[in-house]
Amino acid sequence: MPDRDAIFKRVRTSLLQSSGGAPLPDYDPSALVAKPRLTGAGLWENFAQNFGAVSGRPMTELGEVVSFLKSEGVSYGYCDLALCERFETVLDEIGIEIVSTYDRERYDDYQFGITRAAGAIAETGTVILTDSSTSDRLGALTPWIHIAVLPEACLIETVGEALASFDPDETTIIWATGPSKTADIEGILIEGVHGPGEQVCLLML
Amino acid sequence: MPNPIEQYARDLSEETREAVRKSGALTTGQRVEILQKDYEDPDALRRLAGEIKQHTIDHLDSYLEQAEASLTKAGAKVHFASDADSARQCVLGILQQSDVQRVVKSKSMATEEIHLNPFLEKQGIETVETDLGEFIIQIDEDTPSHIVRPIIHKKREEVAESFEKHGLGDYNTDPETITRRARVHLREKYMQSGAGITGGNFVSAESGRIVLVTNEGNARFSMAPNKVHIAVIGIEKIVPRDRDLAVFLNLLARSATAQQLTVYTQFIKGPRMPSQPSGPEEMHVVFLDNGRSQILGESCREILRCIRCGACQNVCPVYRHASGHAYRAVYGGPIGAVLSPLLGGKASFPEYADLPKASSLCGACREVCPVDIPIPDMLLKLRHKGKKQGVSTPGSFPMAPFATLATSPTAWRTAMTAARAMNYLPMKLAPIKPLRDWLGDRTLPKWRGGDFRRWLKTRKGNNADA
Ligand code: SF4
Repeated sequence: MPDRDAIFKRVRTSLLQSSGGAPLPDYDPSALVAKPRLTGAGLWENFAQNFGAVSGRPMTELGEVVSFLKSEGVSYGYCDLALCERFETVLDEIGIEIVSTYDRERYDDYQFGITRAAGAIAETGTVILTDSSTSDRLGALTPWIHIAVLPEACLIETVGEALASFDPDETTIIWATGPSKTADIEGILIEGVHGPGEQVCLLML
Repeated sequence: MPNPIEQYARDLSEETREAVRKSGALTTGQRVEILQKDYEDPDALRRLAGEIKQHTIDHLDSYLEQAEASLTKAGAKVHFASDADSARQCVLGILQQSDVQRVVKSKSMATEEIHLNPFLEKQGIETVETDLGEFIIQIDEDTPSHIVRPIIHKKREEVAESFEKHGLGDYNTDPETITRRARVHLREKYMQSGAGITGGNFVSAESGRIVLVTNEGNARFSMAPNKVHIAVIGIEKIVPRDRDLAVFLNLLARSATAQQLTVYTQFIKGPRMPSQPSGPEEMHVVFLDNGRSQILGESCREILRCIRCGACQNVCPVYRHASGHAYRAVYGGPIGAVLSPLLGGKASFPEYADLPKASSLCGACREVCPVDIPIPDMLLKLRHKGKKQGVSTPGSFPMAPFATLATSPTAWRTAMTAARAMNYLPMKLAPIKPLRDWLGDRTLPKWRGGDFRRWLKTRKGNNADA
């Protein structure tokens, strides 16, 4: 590892030139909280407010999801096996088919994906997805509509608390704050670039 | 060979200048608004972020070691690259080992810095940029002119033409249509490549997690269908602990794009979990030095705190007028004026020694910087260094007028006083000849220079030692 040793050597030599080193400041994590974003009645209300402000769709009833999918005119989607039971009958009634295996060859055919969220952050309107909560990363990413199903107990108030509650076994944690977007062309906001153009969060009581 | 700045400035249309100016002004305003709305004392946060980063780089040897150990423990493979060439070879080696023919890339300044794409293409590996702006840059064979908004200099008509030329649909200037076409084109690339290459915004030494932020979701998509993930990250990107990320993520999103958080913020410390059907089986982290360890021992070491938010570019009057390409280097604007002459070893200094002179020293860049980097101090130090080393070329148009003024204290003071009056005077009457020539019939953002100079005068021990 010649580069490794050379880099450490150079870093150490350079650090001899600096004046001893600044201490790690002690700080109060509450100073980092955007308090005006947390003035609602409860965790879900605050989450819904902040998530809605970035074009996310907070929902609390299965019926809301069903009518949203109906209004979007979809007919085929991916669903986490663990959630199929809950969605299968209601969606079947309106002619929407779900499958619980993601077939990579058909990545363009899934119009929506339903997977579980590992949590949500009220302060920022963020849905948390992890490798163990998401049955298939592609199922939550490639469809135009992503529906994240959130157990109520998993709501977290602040960004700081969410960082502090990282599960050390999770190698991949994703925070999604609204649908995918860009403003690259003349600063004009367009939603739905590579990831979902619609991000739904369904609270599961 | 014609000077690239002259060449660029000649071609810079009034339209482009206006686009850059408008975008810079808009983002600057939105940044202030969101910070003031969300926090009682945003400046205290900037200072805190600066102190945490300063502490980290002052103890970089131990934090780098800790990050390496944490990542290795989590199953990632850690590599080190002294310079651009070594980093390119390292990436190539990983790709060849897995027999990868095509890679998808998400926006990364570190890979721009080492010019990875042309190198991989030469080796026969198709390299596809997936960030919309970077994708357009790639098909146009252009270079990014802003850290966060790579195509800030392009009009939609130009993009429409490029798409038509590259078989991505009929001429259409609607940004939504353009975005949808890119979506369709790029998903096929994601699904049929062997590796995803990303940068990294932060690395937590404590957990080894690398943090990647994108609004488009392209870093996520570069990983999900692929077997190999390679992250090329500057050695200065480390923060001590996971909890410190709250400071930086909150400030980065607000400073860069006026968001409470970037849409996709990912924390990754290894390959996918065994229960997960999609995602990389291998994760490689390439820690890049390329001059950083050298900077650490010099008087501009605070520049290593930079979190690449682009706020200093947005606010800078010189950047807004000349645009990023005028700086010739990968990094433009105030950050680039400091970093470009320092990065990449000895050759960079004479090559880019004129850039620190292209500043009005108005101090705006320092006021917006989320990690409180004293950029104007550094510009002065680098000017002094240039003088000491006898690098005296004042640069060329459009930097030349600024540089000429800045190298002569008398001319500078006069220009400063006069410039304040320019808020009220027609530009054609500007009293300094080079300034008048440069301004022509252009309009300047409201003048705010001179304060920094006054501040500097009252400050003790300002002798530069670069
Ligand atoms: S120098 Fe400061 S303001 Fe400029 S890009 Fe870096 S962090 Fe942002």
